[in-house]
Amino acid sequence: MLTQALFRALDKKAIWVIGIFLAVAALVPMANLLIPPGQFGHVPTYLVSLMGKYLAYAILALALDLVWGYCGILSLGHGAFFALGGYAMGMYLMRQIGSRGVYGNPVLPDFMVFLNWKELPWYWLGFDNFWFAMAMVVFVPGLLAFIFGFFAFRSRVTGVYLSIITQAMTFALLLAFFRNDMGFGGNNGLTDFKDILGAPVQAPGTRAALFAATAIALALSVLVCSMIVNSKLGKVMVAVRDAESRTRFLGYRVEYVKLFAFTVSAIMAGIAGALYVPQIGIINPGEFEPGNSIEVVIWTAVGGRGTLIGPIIGAIVVNLGKSWFTTTLPEFWLFALGALFIFTTLFLPKGIVGLWTQFFGARRAKAEQPTAPTPAQSADIERGEDPDSFGDNPQPKPAE
Amino acid sequence: MSTASDTMLYLDGVSVAFDGFKAINNLSIIVKPAEMLAIIGPNGAGKTTMMDIITGKTSPDAGQVLFDGRTDLTKLDEAAIANLGIGRKFQKPTVFESHTVWDNLEMALKKPRGIFAALFYTASDADVARITEILETVRLYARKDELAANLSHGQKQWLEIGMLLAQDPKLLLVDEPVAGMTDSETEETAKLLREIATTRSVVVVEHDMSFVRDLGSRVICLAEGSVLAEGTLDQVSANPVVIERYLGR
Ligand SMILES: Nc1ncnc2c1ncn2[C@@H]1O[C@H](COP(=O)(O)OP(=O)(O)O)[C@@H](O)[C@H]1O
Ligand SMILES: [Mg+2]
Repeated sequence: MLTQALFRALDKKAIWVIGIFLAVAALVPMANLLIPPGQFGHVPTYLVSLMGKYLAYAILALALDLVWGYCGILSLGHGAFFALGGYAMGMYLMRQIGSRGVYGNPVLPDFMVFLNWKELPWYWLGFDNFWFAMAMVVFVPGLLAFIFGFFAFRSRVTGVYLSIITQAMTFALLLAFFRNDMGFGGNNGLTDFKDILGAPVQAPGTRAALFAATAIALALSVLVCSMIVNSKLGKVMVAVRDAESRTRFLGYRVEYVKLFAFTVSAIMAGIAGALYVPQIGIINPGEFEPGNSIEVVIWTAVGGRGTLIGPIIGAIVVNLGKSWFTTTLPEFWLFALGALFIFTTLFLPKGIVGLWTQFFGARRAKAEQPTAPTPAQSADIERGEDPDSFGDNPQPKPAE
Repeated sequence: MSTASDTMLYLDGVSVAFDGFKAINNLSIIVKPAEMLAIIGPNGAGKTTMMDIITGKTSPDAGQVLFDGRTDLTKLDEAAIANLGIGRKFQKPTVFESHTVWDNLEMALKKPRGIFAALFYTASDADVARITEILETVRLYARKDELAANLSHGQKQWLEIGMLLAQDPKLLLVDEPVAGMTDSETEETAKLLREIATTRSVVVVEHDMSFVRDLGSRVICLAEGSVLAEGTLDQVSANPVVIERYLGR
């Protein structure tokens, strides 16, 4: 059963993408550690971490694409799941500091000592254990998405309304995490990390390993997504995207289909956040900023939603642009990003990947169409005023 | 009306109003197992709304809707009703346009509808044979790998009928199936529906009188949400009220 699903997942395109990222996972650390600085082919450590950050973003974009591109759920709150995964990792890293903090308290992180706390809050217990923390990286975003999705999808909240409540969710978390008494370091968040699994986080070897872990996680995410979208469930997801209420009349429980996609996606986003934090060295409430989640939507749209490679390309290309702008023309970045999104919406509805397929052979394009978003041509059933028809429109309208 | 026992579909005193407008007004209809019923009537008579009520899209303000003599459909949602064995073809053909013809049928095929069942589903030889058979019945075998979006209007109608067959329902609700079909396609459709009705219950809504004649079934004329006349097509179309309110217009 599983082997057949795996076999289906490994179509030609997916094998290529997975192969490339596995190769990258091996080659970049080698170029960083084995080739001495100054020699041709050496990749400096700062660049390894920068690329690691991009790949973590790529996982996040792929996660969003699974719900948006394939299932028609435009989440404007995916940054929240990313941040929660990041916080779970950050809590582990904080507890590894031990007595090396400024206040030298063997158990309490500095910010708790500063707040005069006497003991560790219950929800910090267990985070000194790496595997417990990793379980929380998966469990916390997954549970939040499950509960949120259960109520939202069961009440048939769709379209713009759903987008707005996902945005409200991340905003509420932003406000909560800013509070000092929440016990997550308030405004400053969690930082000054020392070790991960006993290895110093700043050391080139650790950074190379974190990069490799991120590239492998991306390859696995592509594998999992490919398995889902190539299964019958994946086809039902696309059916929900294009004609939600029609899918119900076939006997599929649309709310469970969405709940599955949303929960899997949130878990992937959480893992991305956990890989991001040790490479960046900090996690703070700013990660819950609604704007962050909207940026993820833009990466995905620019790269090409409804494809597996599109969001990865989008995340990397847009963030390369961001890095360039923020060093040379920082004040123009937001304008450039806005312009890019409007340009994509108007002229490249299928993103960079769509452009590619347009240029390279109509035959390839035809083979890809089944998963690529199409305009709302399948329309809704019978009457236009059906409230369902909102969710049946896969065009990228909200977020504007 | 009498009793619900031994019926496939039992509507009794059903009413529904939209903003005070009574789209269905004290409607009572019975369909027996393996019986075909044709419903005619002017636009806005409530034919589609009746199907909305049976399939759980609209809930009635009053009345009883029973399936198979015992299951109260007004308490169930669309997916549950579909899984009981009620299949529906929509007035405006609605197929999944970004999927191939084959995938449309594979999704419709009667199989467990659960999330993990769908995730790990692999078509068995029997499934492939069944889909192939349906494709031949609805004459779309040659186009099985094409996107449903590329089909003509008539072919989409056929694909949707094929999806109905794949669902293997006990009761089929078919809303205006021959719109956009050629005369020979229309005849074929009548033949196919007659064949289906030998083992299942079928309710067909249609305006095309020669098609309804081909069906050779009991006919009900609906107007303003209630039954105007009932009988054979000849009886119904000879009814002076029907002539005045529907045929004469
Ligand atoms: N959801 C709805 N909201 C408001 N009015 C409706 C709705 N559904 C049906 N109607 C109205 O009910 C009447 C019956 O419509 P319908 O069942 O589509 O008729 P038919 O299929 O017989 O042509 C029409 O006047 C239609 O406008
Ligand atoms: Mg109608």
